[in-house]
Amino acid sequence: MTTATVSRWDRFRESFLWYSFKRDKVAIVSFVVLMLMVLAAVFAPLLAPADPYDLAQINIMNSELPPAGLAGSDPAFPLGTDAQGRDMLSTILYGTQVSLMIGFGAVVLQAALGILFGLLAGYLGGRVDAVLMRIADVQLSFSTLMVAIIVGAVFKASFGNLMFGEIAIYMLIFIIGVSEWPQIARTVRASVLAEKKKEYVDAAKVMGFSTPRIMFRHILPNTLSPIFVIATVQIANAIISEAALSFLGLGMPETQPSLGSLIKSGFDYIQSGSWWITLLPGLVLVVLVLVINLLGDWLRDVMNPRLYKG
Amino acid sequence: MLAFLVQRISQAFLVMFVISVIAFAIQDGLGDPLQQMVGMSVSQEEREALRDELGLNDSVVVQYLRFAGNALQGDLGNSYFYSKPTLEVIAEHLPATLELVIGASLIIVVFSVPIGVYSAIRPQAWLSKFFMGISTVGISIPVFLTAIMLIQLFSIGVTVSAFPEDTGWGQWLNDFFSTEGGLPSYGRGDELTHLFGTWESGFFSESGLMHLVLPSVSLASIMLPLFIRLIRAEMMEVLQSDYIRYARAKGLSAGRINFLHALKNTMLPVITVGGVQIGIMVAYTILTETVFQWPGVGLMFLEAITRSDIPLIVAYLMVVGLIFVITNTLVDLIYGLVNPTVKLTGKKA
Repeated sequence: MTTATVSRWDRFRESFLWYSFKRDKVAIVSFVVLMLMVLAAVFAPLLAPADPYDLAQINIMNSELPPAGLAGSDPAFPLGTDAQGRDMLSTILYGTQVSLMIGFGAVVLQAALGILFGLLAGYLGGRVDAVLMRIADVQLSFSTLMVAIIVGAVFKASFGNLMFGEIAIYMLIFIIGVSEWPQIARTVRASVLAEKKKEYVDAAKVMGFSTPRIMFRHILPNTLSPIFVIATVQIANAIISEAALSFLGLGMPETQPSLGSLIKSGFDYIQSGSWWITLLPGLVLVVLVLVINLLGDWLRDVMNPRLYKG
Repeated sequence: MLAFLVQRISQAFLVMFVISVIAFAIQDGLGDPLQQMVGMSVSQEEREALRDELGLNDSVVVQYLRFAGNALQGDLGNSYFYSKPTLEVIAEHLPATLELVIGASLIIVVFSVPIGVYSAIRPQAWLSKFFMGISTVGISIPVFLTAIMLIQLFSIGVTVSAFPEDTGWGQWLNDFFSTEGGLPSYGRGDELTHLFGTWESGFFSESGLMHLVLPSVSLASIMLPLFIRLIRAEMMEVLQSDYIRYARAKGLSAGRINFLHALKNTMLPVITVGGVQIGIMVAYTILTETVFQWPGVGLMFLEAITRSDIPLIVAYLMVVGLIFVITNTLVDLIYGLVNPTVKLTGKKA
């Protein structure tokens, strides 16, 4: 057991991935910042000074206090409070958790759909390929955000406000996952088309393996690195989409806010001078998306076989 | 060529058919028109009679055909909230959105071409790297956040007093980072000029133009980085080609090569991709219009959702779907016309 882990660790340390990571300052900084944010979000219940979901802890008298260092601030609230008197630091920590959960969940769903449809389209070809890729084309030409807004609007209109608020987190994962699957499906299809001409696939066919087995056990592992690259960038896109939907009021309710709904609720108070309610969660959102995008750029450069081998 | 034309146009009709089915399903599945029309006091028999009269008891196919037939004649029902034909409501809101898109497109064209060309010609210059860095950050900032920041900076204004005020440099830095604000951030202003039909334009008054500044800058901010990167990538590829090398060898001036010969071939893919992007802008107008309470179709759509104004939602879907389908088909056709290497018949190579 230990020998296996040691050798795997050694293999990782000798890999090109680790080598280029060590030499890329932007990648290291982005990775550290992302890990800090993920850890802070995961351990939000332990780190946050207050529980924003607990109504008993909220005092309306504390509303709209500015962050520490500004006139009128309260040391109990280092990042100030929002219009309901909730501690901004705590709501941001919990909000980051919600945003990350939706981002990861949506990417898992779209990866599942994208891999399935991409494999089917690429390996089976013919009519299956034509139909699936036409659907993908049409959906992409409408832009994923537009599709997400329309699906969100229909769900909201059919479920009603209250019901939608309760299941919003699953709804958002579903909406964003379904509206963005073509991105991954196209990538998978392109790699499958290149892979299926190779000899090991012929060998597997000659040995009489079933089509699903060849697709998932033999071809899929060889298409993982482009999936990995695009999935990273898709997490950033999913987080932005979630924030946009929440900002439009089609996402998380204010009682269980994500970063997007925090920005939305703060926007109503920006004219009265309380900039921190909307700009602080906005800053966290931008940093989160930026570091994921930078990591995605780096991964693409490293894993692009043309650049690496050529 | 004819086969390509027929194929693309029939595909456009197919897509429009699918959109109409989805729109019909939404209309059929959400809300009961009878409940909107009659009160509680109407008896069950009267309701049934009314259902028969309205054709709500017909089969789904018959109902869809009626819906599609009406839609083809430009009748998508009446809005619950505005109590007038939905297409009329959309026509009233469309000019505001179009002016926003025009404003943003102008900003994109004016800035993306010079910056893209410059960073392609001198990829190693610090200014190019600066622009590329900015565009990476720009892509990571959601459009509504850019809009909020612009409102804070140029509408509300920022007063910075972090630096010591009694020193000269401190005062200077404070002034440097403070902004005055004052730009309007709400609506289109009241000095609109009537052009024709339902078109009230804000282009012809100072107030109208001032109201347009922040929304169009916000809308442009999301597309500008994409276009800069696109122009840069295309231009760098063109600069590698043989005919440019030949022009250099011939001794033509750098300006003539870059702006006459190279830029011409760069713009071709940029214009086609740009056509699709302008369609995608429709999604971003919803966000921008929400932030600035801009009275366009995006804001109208969002209000229709909160009011459960189903006919208006459906009409918006149909109109936006039509705009998307027309732009995409046109872009495909133009691309097929100007670029002969595109597989015209769509057959397998």
